[in-house]
Amino acid sequence: MSNLVDDITPAQLDELIDLVKKIHGFDFTHYTKASLKRRLQRLMQVKKVNFWGLKHILINNVDFFQEFIDEVTVNVTEMFRDPSFYKALNTEVLPYLSTYQHINLWSAGCSSGEEAYSMAILLQHAGLKDKSFIYGTDINSVMLDQARKGIYSLRNIKSYCENYKQVGIPGTLTDHFTVMYDAATIHNELKKDILFSAHNLIADRVFNEFQIICCRNVFIYFDSILQDEILEVFYNSLCNLGFLCLGSKETIRSPYYKSKLRIINSKENIYQKIG
Amino acid sequence: MDSIDNDIWQRLRLAELILLGGSAGSFGPIFRIVKALPASYSRSILIILHRGKNNFSEIENLFGSNCRISVSEVADKEKVLAANVYIAPANYHTLFETDKTFALDVSEQVWYSKPSIDVTFQSASDVYGDKCVAVLFSGANKDGADGLLKLRSKGALTIAQELTDAEMPVMPKAAIDINAAEFILTSDQILKLLCNSG
Repeated sequence: MSNLVDDITPAQLDELIDLVKKIHGFDFTHYTKASLKRRLQRLMQVKKVNFWGLKHILINNVDFFQEFIDEVTVNVTEMFRDPSFYKALNTEVLPYLSTYQHINLWSAGCSSGEEAYSMAILLQHAGLKDKSFIYGTDINSVMLDQARKGIYSLRNIKSYCENYKQVGIPGTLTDHFTVMYDAATIHNELKKDILFSAHNLIADRVFNEFQIICCRNVFIYFDSILQDEILEVFYNSLCNLGFLCLGSKETIRSPYYKSKLRIINSKENIYQKIG
Repeated sequence: MDSIDNDIWQRLRLAELILLGGSAGSFGPIFRIVKALPASYSRSILIILHRGKNNFSEIENLFGSNCRISVSEVADKEKVLAANVYIAPANYHTLFETDKTFALDVSEQVWYSKPSIDVTFQSASDVYGDKCVAVLFSGANKDGADGLLKLRSKGALTIAQELTDAEMPVMPKAAIDINAAEFILTSDQILKLLCNSG
């Protein structure tokens, strides 16, 4: 619930960003400030500290930093979030991908893994799962652990089921899960050939070549400078004619990358690397 | 309405942004108000309506084809322009950056809602302060009250829909109960106020 806790002033926000950068080497300078501020205030509420208290633990408790990252980054995701996107992927991109001998897919900023598993299901239905390998990466270690387990609460599964229905692939979402008590575990066959691993989009570079990269609802947290830097990593990670999928509200604004990435679907923000 | 003195008109004239928030029972009054705005209307308006997450309903089109000013869905990083009506997209929170651009956010629901009215109101209070008018309409939960209070504390003009005029009074009542609404007006009065403020 929103609570009227101490307001972080813009100057204090800059101070925290500077402190984190100097002590922990993590640079939030190019994050959108409005969201960052909300996350910090939420963290202060959870930790029951004010601005000075937060500074104190950031400086004096080295182990706190991973927790800080885990709390400050946004981890909300869904299976088949934006069904129309998966529909477009199924009809406009997968037929193209099927012509490759092997498909490497990167779910960048994968959080608790819902997007990676949605992709696995989509690829399975298209008969492409056996020649695919999915990498899910994130900076949040807690979320990566959850992703590896592939266990989701039934409450979430219920809303994911509605998304699934709208995608228009056969069967139901629960066909791919084993339900036990109040949780559902994704089938082992879907967990095969998926690797979840830590990767920092800002500091780490290209680690493999991909036919398709999905990075949805990550760019909204970055300014255009950071977006361009990460676009460079993606561009250099894509094979020629590989696909880049952004969130439904994330368009490429950089004139340079506009000329390097062809629009496949302007509503769903699916791009293809050219030249 | 007669009690709305020169001070209020003055503050209305200085406002850059008008926020219209609501849930169940608010579409009707908000639609009617936006439809009535003159083509010469010069302020930015942001509508935050609770709605289903995959509900790419015809809300934008409905507003767009019935209004005299330009209506569009909020786009991330886009500048908030004068003489434009924006609609907060489903399944995102809408925030403001200090340079008066929109910033979207997918974090947790607030009051079971995304977009949440509280989230947008609080962000607007940081960026617009007293250069802002916010109205909370009919709705069945308490989203928006805290945000409206925050806006009021920053000097923004805050209005709650009159309870007998609201189809679902829970939302405006929550705001009135915590003293977040400086004025309590019917949708007709709100319409007149906004249309005549230019």
